Amino acid sequence: MAAVATCGGDAGSAGSAVATGSKSNVTSFQRRGPRASGTNDSGPRLVSITGTRPSVRNGQLLVSTGLPALDQLLGGGLAVGTVLLIEEDKYNIYSSLLFKYFLAEGIVNGHTLLVASANEDPANILQELPAPLLDDNCKKEFDEDVYNHKTPESNIKMKIAWRYQLLPKMEIGPVSSSRFGHYYDASKRIPQELIEASKWHGFFLPEKISSTLKVEPCSLTHGYIKLLQFIQNIIYEEGFDGSNPQKKQKNILRIGIQNLGSPLWGDDICCTENGDSSHSLTKFLYVLRGLLRTSLSVCIITMPTHLIQNKAVIAHITNLSDIVVGLESFIGSERETNPLYKDYHGLIHIRQIPRLNNLVCDESDVKDLGFKLKRKLFTIERLHLPPDLSDTVSRSSKQDLAESAKRLGPGCGMMAGGKKHLDF
Amino acid sequence: MFPELNNLLNTTPDRAEQGKLTLLCDAKTDGSFLVHHFLSFYLKANCKVCFVALIQSFSHYNIVGQKLGVNLTMARERGQLVFLEGLKSAVDIFFQAQEKPHPLQFLREANAGNLKPLFEFVREALKPVDSGEAGWTYPVLLVDDLSVLLSLGLGAVAVLDFIHYCRATVCWELKGNVVVLVHDSGDVEDEENDILLNGLSHQSHLILRAEGLATGFCRDVHGQLRILWRRPSQSTSQRDQSLTYQYKIQDRSVSFFAKGMSPAVL
Repeated sequence: MAAVATCGGDAGSAGSAVATGSKSNVTSFQRRGPRASGTNDSGPRLVSITGTRPSVRNGQLLVSTGLPALDQLLGGGLAVGTVLLIEEDKYNIYSSLLFKYFLAEGIVNGHTLLVASANEDPANILQELPAPLLDDNCKKEFDEDVYNHKTPESNIKMKIAWRYQLLPKMEIGPVSSSRFGHYYDASKRIPQELIEASKWHGFFLPEKISSTLKVEPCSLTHGYIKLLQFIQNIIYEEGFDGSNPQKKQKNILRIGIQNLGSPLWGDDICCTENGDSSHSLTKFLYVLRGLLRTSLSVCIITMPTHLIQNKAVIAHITNLSDIVVGLESFIGSERETNPLYKDYHGLIHIRQIPRLNNLVCDESDVKDLGFKLKRKLFTIERLHLPPDLSDTVSRSSKQDLAESAKRLGPGCGMMAGGKKHLDF
Repeated sequence: MFPELNNLLNTTPDRAEQGKLTLLCDAKTDGSFLVHHFLSFYLKANCKVCFVALIQSFSHYNIVGQKLGVNLTMARERGQLVFLEGLKSAVDIFFQAQEKPHPLQFLREANAGNLKPLFEFVREALKPVDSGEAGWTYPVLLVDDLSVLLSLGLGAVAVLDFIHYCRATVCWELKGNVVVLVHDSGDVEDEENDILLNGLSHQSHLILRAEGLATGFCRDVHGQLRILWRRPSQSTSQRDQSLTYQYKIQDRSVSFFAKGMSPAVL
């Protein structure tokens, strides 16, 4: 590691991400590796924070998004210091679920939470978090399942498909609570004692904003300014940016901002195309990212991009965020009843993955991904169409084509004439 | 710096041209590898570099620079590199009012500002030092990237003015180079970005355009690079020379090959 050794001479800029205390060089974008000698502590100091792990590609510190399936698609997890932007689905059902998974993961790992919302009280949001599937809970349920359907299949050697016996057995459920990503039961609420044991800060916009406050005219909306000041305050006071060196145990701050850009934040980006505060949101994102890059925090933002009138703004927002994931649910659309999509609840689009500290990034090859929400599992998998088992399906589509071709009159020109159904 | 790209551009750090504006643009893909290339190229050419990095932090460029063979921390300490970290400065200026004008002053202004403070910063950084110490060959301004300035509320005209002033100072007066990156929004209608891109295309001597493949994502070919040499000041009847290559980005380098000649296909 010669490259690391050459810059080990400066004041701790190389080395583990959490070992230094001075304000100027705490960023999470540092190579995790043994520190070179010459500093006041001897030997390598790899202080690990619960719920994080280094990336295999570049040693970047990663946290889980709360969805192990999504972690895999993002290259192992969410890098500390980055922004995950979720483009909401039309009725904000699955995006709020992802938001809750993220916060619940923070509670299970003992991270500090900062929840900001303009339409819902953060205390209520925390009450509605899904319950984690931890060791003792799920083991009991699995035991019950085994007791109910006692099948001796697993002990019998396979006679016909004997090659499959050699495949490793897949483990479906979660195993222990010290894993990197956890599974959650969407139908149960998180136990009250977990919420009370956790440390969280809430930002509810109607409480924080007061109309008589004198503020210097800046082109950010008032709500955004207050939110940025709140976040910066928390980061500074609790020492997430390394400004408080007495803190023994470093921790991650998980920031969750719900429905950013909606009119409830005072932003008119979803109402008009060229409003007064058209650059308020982009400036907010820029300053927020600046705050995150210099502290041990990670942020999830859900944004109703389908409501934004000016499409160029969406391109700007995408460029200013690190990871962008779009959700498209089938609810209310014609795809809900389409038999082709019956296995899935919606599509998930990974629109952007950052290249951090690297020339390449872990882009997955699969671009068509569908998700399905089961009670205990939110699966994301490659979209595949179910097998077409009925033998009348293809014939009926040809019939439709022939019908429509007949209806076109002869005056329509050569194109219509060519639409006779071609039966090979 | 990528040796293969040097061959394609027919330059080496020792004999690079001076007084040129290079435009990097990317459409539907990430063109930041070009920024890393030029940063390490000019540092190896012993130039004084002023890097206005608006989109990523210093350690990101540092770590990638180490893979390409330059040490940004040492360059900054020696005075060869002047680094303006946009993200960190934005936090400073947003939360505390500054007494003297800050390069990113426009963030605090309510209406569309101008980039005069940023230009003053660049001019101050690149002005030749008279004390006669280790002379750098020529100054270089590198901006990553200009589309961020548009999304933060500045108009395309303000950004074009800034580039014009920088070109007059750096390219003409100090005989240096300017390299800027602009995103091409493609089919999304972004008028300001189009104005900026067209305006810069007419002024630049070399345009490197990284595009995603028209057929979509491919694991072995990450995109296509179009190189266009121009002569903006002389109106000659000669056509501008243009080349197209496809590339694949690896961990420490980028390999270029002719269209359709990817090693995965052959």
